[in-house]
Amino acid sequence: MNRLPSVMIVGTALLAGCVTINIYFPAAAAEKAADRIIDEVWQLKKDSQTPAEGKQP
Amino acid sequence: MKTLRNLLLLCVFAASAAWAQGNLEIDTPAISQVRGAMQARHAQLAPHYASGAVGLTADGRVELRDAAAVPLAQRQAVQALVAQENGDRDALYREIARANGHPEWEAEVRSTFAQRWIERAQGGWYVQSGGKWIRK
Repeated sequence: MNRLPSVMIVGTALLAGCVTINIYFPAAAAEKAADRIIDEVWQLKKDSQTPAEGKQP
Repeated sequence: MKTLRNLLLLCVFAASAAWAQGNLEIDTPAISQVRGAMQARHAQLAPHYASGAVGLTADGRVELRDAAAVPLAQRQAVQALVAQENGDRDALYREIARANGHPEWEAEVRSTFAQRWIERAQGGWYVQSGGKWIRK
């Protein structure tokens, strides 16, 4: 059968993924966290939990 | 073949479970305090970003890049603001790395923030890129 090798490759890749995800820096999660904090610090989102100081663009 | 398929399923499950945890902890008391302080300070810093006196550096900090753009009487105050902001930013990156159980991530947290601050800076603000100041 021709499918076995490809299944094994995918399986190995996924297994490697399982192991590496928690070791390496989670870049996407970090970007998300950064954006949340930047929204808050620069007050870029009107729906943030922090009260606006009466400023509307 | 069947065991392989089971292994595959297990891996997909494990990978998606890990993926679901794809949020960094940013709500500890230490981090919240720094976030609050930075937000409160932003109102004072914003005019200096706009005038070009203060720019965003490539290492996730701020810098007084053109002191001449600040009236002499205010210069010291702006310098103090920049120093306080950098203290908070350093603490922010350190605390996020620590809160997530990986203090060694600090440099990567910093560089992620540096990119995002610069990316999201308003038009007219100065940002550092390749060692040079660029006006967005």
